[in-house]
Amino acid sequence: MNLETIKKYLKEYDGEEVALMEVCGSHTGAISKFGIPTLLSKKIRLISGPGCPVCVTPSAYIDRLIELCKEPDTCVATFGDLMRVPGSEKNLSLAKGEGGNVRMVYSPMELLTLAKENPTTNYIFAAVGFETTTPVYALLLESLIRENIKNVKLLTALKTMPAAINWLCASGAPITGFIAPGHVSVITGSDIFKPLADKYGIPFAVAGFQGEEILEALYGLVKCQGSGKVMNFYPKVVTAEGNTVAQKKVATYFEESSAVWRGMGAIEGSGLLLRKEYAEFDAGSADLNEDKKLNKACRCDQVLMGKISPTECPLFRKVCNPMNPQGACMVSEEGSCHQYLVNNRR
Amino acid sequence: MCVALPGKVIEINDRTATVDFSGNQVKADTGLVSVKEGDYVLVHAGCIMQVMRKEEAEELEELFREVEENA
Repeated sequence: MNLETIKKYLKEYDGEEVALMEVCGSHTGAISKFGIPTLLSKKIRLISGPGCPVCVTPSAYIDRLIELCKEPDTCVATFGDLMRVPGSEKNLSLAKGEGGNVRMVYSPMELLTLAKENPTTNYIFAAVGFETTTPVYALLLESLIRENIKNVKLLTALKTMPAAINWLCASGAPITGFIAPGHVSVITGSDIFKPLADKYGIPFAVAGFQGEEILEALYGLVKCQGSGKVMNFYPKVVTAEGNTVAQKKVATYFEESSAVWRGMGAIEGSGLLLRKEYAEFDAGSADLNEDKKLNKACRCDQVLMGKISPTECPLFRKVCNPMNPQGACMVSEEGSCHQYLVNNRR
Repeated sequence: MCVALPGKVIEINDRTATVDFSGNQVKADTGLVSVKEGDYVLVHAGCIMQVMRKEEAEELEELFREVEENA
């Protein structure tokens, strides 16, 4: 299909209004970066969903990491994304400034070397993520067991997409199609969205992260409105069945659980916890459910559900900005509010 | 957070591959997928998630045909 034909169709579309949600934070970033909204007809509305794992981590989880980093002989290791996410009072970056032992890493696998070099330090990895990242934690656990390393544990806040998408659809969010998360789908496979597409009679399009790839997926979604079709526009890395080796490794170490999504509450079957037989690697992940707002006027919850646009929040661009984020959607570079502000989206 | 980048495997040593991203070379774990030198792969958080496939163009063409039939 010719790109110009797709662009022309999307710009001139004049049918029923469509509201398409991208559930992946990286898609939110790419949509802003490539100026996709400016290429669409007014009848096509894009909604940013809850697909940034950092944005949906409840405050109690951050508070627990902050407590842990101040314990003796303990180091909290984390991806950089999590450093500025607000807990109930402060974030990990501030805790580090106060003397807490916090270390940013590029890969959880770095803990294998760190733990061997510093055998008297207890490392806690802030294991946040969706289906894309969980297999990496499974690999880490496999290596910890194989190399008999005892001074690494995970504090998990792992989420899975299908139950959350089901929750969104059931809650009456005004969505007529989903841009399905590309790198989650690398692991899960595109077929995982079939039951949801059938149940709600709405199309899903797995998309890559280049402008052209996102436009192709939007074209597919607009053309297939009202059908429960699952389309894979990212076939260079996504298959129908996904990475089955990764799926098996995840199932070995983790089991399904309820999970709390910041602003959305507990969603049954939308998380993963370590299986009981691997409890020795768990730093106390269950029951970190409390979710306290820093600012009562923050409307991150409604932004995450697609019920309002970030610009409709009364704090947006005023007291809430990237230098002084009041809610999780403004903290992460992949958060909807952050993207709307830095890219001047309306 | 699910950012993943494509690169080329230039060396494999036990469970670790050296992957080249336009001149930047990083180590990546090979525990999730079988790879060989010369493969183009997708890397996330220090692990190879998938080998990039070559059948892409044909599959996309077929998908667009289906979309047009649906409309």
